[in-house]
Amino acid sequence: MTLTRRLFGGAAMAAALLAGGAAQAQEDPIRIALVVKALGIGFFEAAAKGAEEAAEELGNVEVIYTGPTDTTAEGQIEVINSLIAQQVDAIAVSANDTDALVPALKKAMQRGITVISWDSGVAPEGRQLHLNPSSNPLIGNMIIKMAADELPEGGKVAVLSATTTSTNQNIWIEEMNKVLGDYEGIEVVGTVYGDDLADKSYREATGLMQTYPDLDAIIAPTSVGIVAAARAVEDAGKIGEVNVTGLGLPSEMAGAIASGASKSFAIWNPIDLGYSATYLAYQLATEAAEAAPGASIPMGRMGTLTLDENAEGAMADPFVYDASNIDAFKDIF
Amino acid sequence: MSDLSTDPSVRQIPDRLQSRSARLLQSWELLLLIVAIAIFIANSFASPYFLNAWNLSDATFNFTEKAMIAFAMALLIVSGEIDLSVASIIALASTAMGAAATAGFGTPALVLVGLVTGLLCGAFNGTLVTRLGLPSIVVTIGTMSLFRGISYIVLGDGAYRSYPADFTYFGQGYVFWVISFEFVLFVLFALVYYVLLHRTNFGRAIFAIGNNPTAAQFSGIRVGRVKFTLFLLTGLMSGVAAICLTSRLGSTRPSIGFGWELEVVTMVVLGGISILGGSGSIPGVVIAAFVMGLVTFGLGLLNVPGIVMSIFIGCMLIGVIALPRLWKMWRS
Repeated sequence: MTLTRRLFGGAAMAAALLAGGAAQAQEDPIRIALVVKALGIGFFEAAAKGAEEAAEELGNVEVIYTGPTDTTAEGQIEVINSLIAQQVDAIAVSANDTDALVPALKKAMQRGITVISWDSGVAPEGRQLHLNPSSNPLIGNMIIKMAADELPEGGKVAVLSATTTSTNQNIWIEEMNKVLGDYEGIEVVGTVYGDDLADKSYREATGLMQTYPDLDAIIAPTSVGIVAAARAVEDAGKIGEVNVTGLGLPSEMAGAIASGASKSFAIWNPIDLGYSATYLAYQLATEAAEAAPGASIPMGRMGTLTLDENAEGAMADPFVYDASNIDAFKDIF
Repeated sequence: MSDLSTDPSVRQIPDRLQSRSARLLQSWELLLLIVAIAIFIANSFASPYFLNAWNLSDATFNFTEKAMIAFAMALLIVSGEIDLSVASIIALASTAMGAAATAGFGTPALVLVGLVTGLLCGAFNGTLVTRLGLPSIVVTIGTMSLFRGISYIVLGDGAYRSYPADFTYFGQGYVFWVISFEFVLFVLFALVYYVLLHRTNFGRAIFAIGNNPTAAQFSGIRVGRVKFTLFLLTGLMSGVAAICLTSRLGSTRPSIGFGWELEVVTMVVLGGISILGGSGSIPGVVIAAFVMGLVTFGLGLLNVPGIVMSIFIGCMLIGVIALPRLWKMWRS
């Protein structure tokens, strides 16, 4: 096993060399690695675009956009190990596994690397902060706001949700009901459940229009429901009478926006997400900010991020997509 | 595979290889070693971060677990069989350990659970192949889905994560300075399998079976029993790898080790083990493990996308398989 000896013999000499070389690293750019779930996914390519935008704004920042070929934790660990070896200044990761990355990321932090997670989080002990794309109150407010904006004189709206036990949807509807008083004249007439199945959602949406002939809007805070509801409105010939809104994906909703069945809908913007993650990583890596609970950290054009007791924060309102910007995003995700 | 070696037209090839094998194999390992050293030197020029004891130590984790399975797989492939379910055995063994850990068992019990699960999976494969005479490639493609399927049923999209603190030693512990526990295990198993394949009667029997199972049978070798033992060993090593990987990740999900079977087979074939059985050596596999580890780590340091790495490894593998054929054509 002469190779083994060579490996570690050479390594011992090199370790001494490298210790001396570390001092020169001062003038080098701040290197921020944007680690995504897997390469070749439109959503993350868009996030990388946002990261480059932030890098340009900050100056002296080099973004390393990387990730495994499959969405596996093992693949991400290999990527993280090679980033630790390169002594990058910061790692911003959208994790394939909440727990499995923790040992590797802990090692990164021990070696002085700033670690944050964004989009898909890492357990608190494996990162300094987590950037959520949005928060439940912001989403709850946005879905009713989009419906109300199209109804200046007030009107009747109904909710098409996923299942009765869908945690996310239930929380968002609850948050929506809390702020309902802010939107005068808007009445929520009912909530139905499409179980996140295309055909059941379609039937429930059709049923809503029959039960409430004067219905003005359907709010579907689920990407399956919103597409089905838009189709139901198209098929019932009620485009212009009933506006479909809620949470959906630009690629799936482009047709509904074009036909007019949906005036607008919302979801997070991956470009903003990549931009903010890079900005935050820079702030922490240059020690301009500290990731303590309750801290407020600036993130450029996206405002500031306020951290809760788990060092988590919400970036912004969900981003609204309508006829003016759908074409730019429909090919992304 | 056993069908091929009983085919009269193919049967002569191993006989010819045998007479030249000593020279050929020696030169093969030398070639691999030169490749490994060349990659090592190229990496140290390409990236300033390569020659660092801790970084190289981290890099060994890219191959140690896979290599442990590759040793047992090498023996199995020499005997003319293959096991494509190894990565799924990892998933099942890890799931079993996770369930045991959640039930409150300590580290020694977890290790036992991991090893026994591996053995049972190996026994299942071995029984189907040796007792029922089914082709191993078909059986293990089936069990590949079966074993991981059980993990998915048990875990769904959940995870086991309540492993005891001292369990982390297997995948994250260091024996001395930068020498990790996994690396020590890798070296120990390399020695064990070297002795087993090249220095024992059992090893000779494996070569005999791989070259000609019928002749081996008639010369008094219990072909079925040897093959069954090899499936057991492969299952056991998958259990060992499951312990190391689970300990390194600190959690179990059903997707654990997904796609590793192909990387393990790649390592074995790159190490000069004939995919048709009958020839190869453990030192070749050891060097191949280093070659694959150095290539992925070196390219990783340059932030080369994973897909390019896969292309590189794929080309290397095709080159390795084609080289002996081309050499033969060139000679004649």
